[in-house]
Amino acid sequence: MEQAEISTRVQQQLGDHVVQAGEFQGQHWVVVEPPHLHEVLGTLKDDPDLDFNVLIDVGGVDYQGHEDDKDWRFEVVYQLLSVAHNHRFRVKCAVSSGMEAGEVAVPSVWQIWRTANWMEREVYDQYGIAFTGHPNLRRILNHDDFEGHPLRKDYPINKRQKLARPVDNLLTDDPEWA
Amino acid sequence: MGLESRLDTPWVATTIDSVVNWGRKYSLWPMPFGTACCAIEFMGVVSNRYDISRFGAELVRFSPRQADLLLVMGTITQKMAPVLQQIYDQMPNPKWVISMGACASSGGFYDNYSVVQGIDELIPVDVYVAGCPPRPENVLGAIVKIQEKVSREKTAAWR
Repeated sequence: MEQAEISTRVQQQLGDHVVQAGEFQGQHWVVVEPPHLHEVLGTLKDDPDLDFNVLIDVGGVDYQGHEDDKDWRFEVVYQLLSVAHNHRFRVKCAVSSGMEAGEVAVPSVWQIWRTANWMEREVYDQYGIAFTGHPNLRRILNHDDFEGHPLRKDYPINKRQKLARPVDNLLTDDPEWA
Repeated sequence: MGLESRLDTPWVATTIDSVVNWGRKYSLWPMPFGTACCAIEFMGVVSNRYDISRFGAELVRFSPRQADLLLVMGTITQKMAPVLQQIYDQMPNPKWVISMGACASSGGFYDNYSVVQGIDELIPVDVYVAGCPPRPENVLGAIVKIQEKVSREKTAAWR
């Protein structure tokens, strides 16, 4: 299915939940809000004509400084692929502005695609967006004593972190490997 | 002549320090801690064109417990810092450290949140090698510098 068709279909089926739809260079996307994220992504996965069985990536965007054209500060972007139909689609989740770290929350899609586990940890680590319902929401790239979220636009570029603590056992320290 | 001429069997009078240091400086066992492209350059240092074995340092050990020369080659991230510290602590005395290239020595152009701005924040460094990456000759030059330093060591100081 062409991306334009997918976009139209999503807007027809879930029009109430779609805040915005867009296109660039033939690539289409829809913007949804956190309360409807599960329903939209679940439909994209379960509808046999869409069948988005692979979550390629979860990314974050900080739109600080774009207040003129954005009503929200952050976006969490889900890149989807259907292997069976060989088509792709993009869903963005708008996260309201004015939230501090820990308050910015999006439902975890870990139960729809297991691979979201580490991807959401990365977004949490770099942007401070919490994923509610995530089984192991800890930093993944930066060390545990890291302060702040470095890919936020308001993170001071010259800020230096204290050094990481020595790790007794790199693997069994992590409950996922224990 | 000196003492040597008074006995029939050939022998030499010297000090323990000069014999031990002579042995040590021509048998450095490097532990390569390669995290970036400098480690690729180090392969050139080891292989036949530049041939680190001309300086007796060709026995590259991948266990820190068997090595006495730590070669830190590449970017050290914050997350890698405790690992490098542990590797250094695991090396038996006496030990020496070469910081190879811009990243290991100063963070290089990674002036950002995730990179340690020079490994001397973590461990003592004996010789810094400039370059991005350094030429193999510079690495050999650093090993000669280490050898000069080894030959000045007091063996008692390592106890």
